[in-house]
Amino acid sequence: MTETSETASQATDRPGPLREFWYYFRENRGAVMGLWIFVAFVLVALFADLIAPHDPTAQFRKNLLQPPFWQEGGSIAFPLGTDALGRDILSRLLHGARYSFYVGIVVVTVAASGGIVIGLIAGFAPRWLDAIIMRIMDIILAFPSLLLALVLVAILGPSLTNAMIAIAIVLQPHYVRLTRASVLSERSKDYVTAARVAGAGRLRLMFVTVLPNCLSPIIVQAALSFSTAILDAAALGFLGMGAQPPTPEWGTMLAEAREFILRAWWVVTFPGLAILVTVLAINLMGDGLRDALDPKLKRS
Amino acid sequence: MPLLEIRNLSVDFATSSGQFRAVDGIDLSVDKGELLAIVGESGSGKSVSMLAMMGLLPWTATITADVMSFDGHDLRALGPRQRRRIVGKDMAMIFQEPMSSLNPCFTTGFQIKEALRLHLGLDRKARHRRAVELFEMVGIPAPEDRLKVFPHQMSGGMNQRVMIAMAIACGPKLLIADEPTTALDVTIQAQILDLLTGLQRDSGMALILITHDMGVVAETAERVSVQYAGQKVEEQKVADLFETPHHPYTAALLAALPERATSRHLPTIPGVVPGQFDRPRGCLFSPRCKFADDRCKAEPPAPAGSGLGLARCHYPLNARSEVSA
Amino acid sequence: MLKFILSRLLTFLPTFFGVTLISFAFIRLLPGDPITVLAGERGISAERHAELMTEFGFDQPMLIQYWDYLKGVVQGDLGQSLVTKKPVWDEFFTLFPATLELSICAIIFAVALGLPAGVIAAVNRGKFFDRLLMSSALVGYSMPIFWWALLLIIAFSGWLGWTPVSGRISLMYYFDSGTGFMLIDSLRSGQDGAFWSAVHHLILPTIVLGTIPLAVIARQTRSAMLEVLSEDYIRTARAKGLAPFRVNGVHALRNALIPVITVIGLSVGTLLAGAILTETIFSWPGIGKWMVDSIFRRDYPVVQGGLLLIAVMVMIVNLIVDMLYGFINPKIRKR
Repeated sequence: MTETSETASQATDRPGPLREFWYYFRENRGAVMGLWIFVAFVLVALFADLIAPHDPTAQFRKNLLQPPFWQEGGSIAFPLGTDALGRDILSRLLHGARYSFYVGIVVVTVAASGGIVIGLIAGFAPRWLDAIIMRIMDIILAFPSLLLALVLVAILGPSLTNAMIAIAIVLQPHYVRLTRASVLSERSKDYVTAARVAGAGRLRLMFVTVLPNCLSPIIVQAALSFSTAILDAAALGFLGMGAQPPTPEWGTMLAEAREFILRAWWVVTFPGLAILVTVLAINLMGDGLRDALDPKLKRS
Repeated sequence: MPLLEIRNLSVDFATSSGQFRAVDGIDLSVDKGELLAIVGESGSGKSVSMLAMMGLLPWTATITADVMSFDGHDLRALGPRQRRRIVGKDMAMIFQEPMSSLNPCFTTGFQIKEALRLHLGLDRKARHRRAVELFEMVGIPAPEDRLKVFPHQMSGGMNQRVMIAMAIACGPKLLIADEPTTALDVTIQAQILDLLTGLQRDSGMALILITHDMGVVAETAERVSVQYAGQKVEEQKVADLFETPHHPYTAALLAALPERATSRHLPTIPGVVPGQFDRPRGCLFSPRCKFADDRCKAEPPAPAGSGLGLARCHYPLNARSEVSA
Repeated sequence: MLKFILSRLLTFLPTFFGVTLISFAFIRLLPGDPITVLAGERGISAERHAELMTEFGFDQPMLIQYWDYLKGVVQGDLGQSLVTKKPVWDEFFTLFPATLELSICAIIFAVALGLPAGVIAAVNRGKFFDRLLMSSALVGYSMPIFWWALLLIIAFSGWLGWTPVSGRISLMYYFDSGTGFMLIDSLRSGQDGAFWSAVHHLILPTIVLGTIPLAVIARQTRSAMLEVLSEDYIRTARAKGLAPFRVNGVHALRNALIPVITVIGLSVGTLLAGAILTETIFSWPGIGKWMVDSIFRRDYPVVQGGLLLIAVMVMIVNLIVDMLYGFINPKIRKR
């Protein structure tokens, strides 16, 4: 029986979950591209101080609304031109990456950790408590997300921090639903019963036994809500309800640039392009994550 | 001239790990009004060869054949449009899973009348009359009502009758039944088989019955073609095949019939049909054959003469000395 | 079917009460007591303050206050705007047709392009067209629509001068708004060019608002189609000799529509969120702009009432989608 020895050696060579994940992720060229752009975005966010040619709030009064360097009247000192107050757009964009990254990290952390805990509780709770939790989530989801965030900011007062809190609250129900759904499908499986029979406590059952098996869809959701958070924060900034000027947040920059759209295309184009490229890269990555982590999710 | 003639048909699938040959050099011919059975285990390429002929395989499949003609048409040379004029009209097919083979979003009436309009161009009233008539032919009670229901509201057996009605709607010259009874209850199986053979006798169409059940073959067919791992390993008249199987695989299949069992334990064929990665070098059946020797493992056999049922074997069984090759 | 509708209504009610509770709580969550908030920045004398507290019942226990609020809501009394002094309910339904008209156009735009794009991509899976369409869909899905609006304005209004920048119709035209739908009113007014002016004003907002739904619908249609195309009944349809157009466009699409309809229904919430940005940018006099303006003006009764009405709208649409889902999916209908 040469066959068995062959399969046995294959079994020992079976790649670890991370290698396997990378193997599938790499197949999706868009996802890899998204990953590289995202890495670049993170690096820019971390080292904005070092890379940026100017202070993002420094105003060069002699160079108001100067076009990018390749256009007539532009200069290499301000590669992407200046805004109406003579601030260097490139420097502001580089620093803006910092705010967007910050928003994404904070919102995803808050929304995901809160949502996962509530979802786990709902999944393990008695029926009445589960029903109450899910009704509350339905109620939050009945409001258009941006509107609810706007109103929350109106209560809390306009600032980037409050915008982040509002967005995290609005995004949370998605995690709750997702976690609860996968908890319910995992809970009836044999390994959970086995752990219960072996005497695992409820908390251990929730966080050590079940949670790791529910993580795949949550990770995908985290990637997708990272991009949603950036978009919503920019939208709030654009409406004047997020980061306040002169913060070089991309949405806020767009709001300041609105009145110049027909005179100076660059003040409008670049901040939006930065948002689009970042969000697109994260979404590309999210699609790749989904395909690599969980083939069952491919359909959605 | 036979109604359907196929010479040296091969089908390859492009998979992520290279080419996979599902059908390997099949020959087949069916006369008008004949009933041919194709027998083999799952994965032996029975359905794939028929789907290839109907043009129903996905684009990952590459089909090659020396001859592939039906009713005077060369199927290889036919464009998709011309092929569609034949498929569903002169050549029809029913499938294994009646519950999933009917569209859940349309009523049975819509699905059967659609074919009538396409191929026969009947008007609304005539379509309805013909649909009722067809439902009566296949033994569906209360046909007027059954035309208005959705597939999931009926049983599997009833759905298979609808599938049969749809297939014979345009009076085909050839009906291919791909394991039509596998997914049904045992009691229903016999009814469906009787229905199919009855229709074949009455209308004079040819019927190809794909099955893995030798018992079904014994009761219904005239001629049998045995397939294994994409190859035809033997072909004979039914009576002769049951009397004197020439290929060890056929013999093993027959021995596995409960009616023929001689000992208390039903004999089985150990192992499974080879897949993409464990295809043997020599005879494809050699890993599972109790007669296999070194020559079988090294060298693929060619089909023997017609006296030996075209058996693809180096050492055909039951060979009379005067015809031994 | 009746049972199905009843069960849906039963889940609707608790959510409805929850939504009223949130809008009720909103004005009480603001810093300061409600009267100070309602009085706004001008301030108010101490006596008048106490008087009003009693008049509006803010000195009552919370439960009674909520009960009174609920009674008001059911009767269509949502208080009045601090700015215009008009009832919130009336203002909402005066402005709502504008948003509805824009939303309907956007959905039509999204479905008309998204469905075929998804079908074409699925049928050509892995080929050039599939990649092109799906990359575009992902770009659309990632689009910051407020920026997209500005870009379109630069291109179509600035450089080409084809479309106006804001409003619903040119100021040259004036007529009574009968239905509130500008397309219908302008046609009925019989004035030369009024209808075309309305159409011109609608084009950019429609594209902006429809972009994300378009991308979502295209992606969802493609994946639903891919799933359906591998089903047995598709093979049956092809075995009947049906043309690819009929197999894909009737047999496959009809089944793929079931999940797609759900997505279209769910995008109503997204649409209203998008309407907030779109209406603000194009000065479109709908409820999105009304809400943003009210938040800025601290017109809290409007924010409170608008929040409630919008949430109820979304809930009603979701309810309708649920029922529609039962209707287009025979398996649910006859259960």
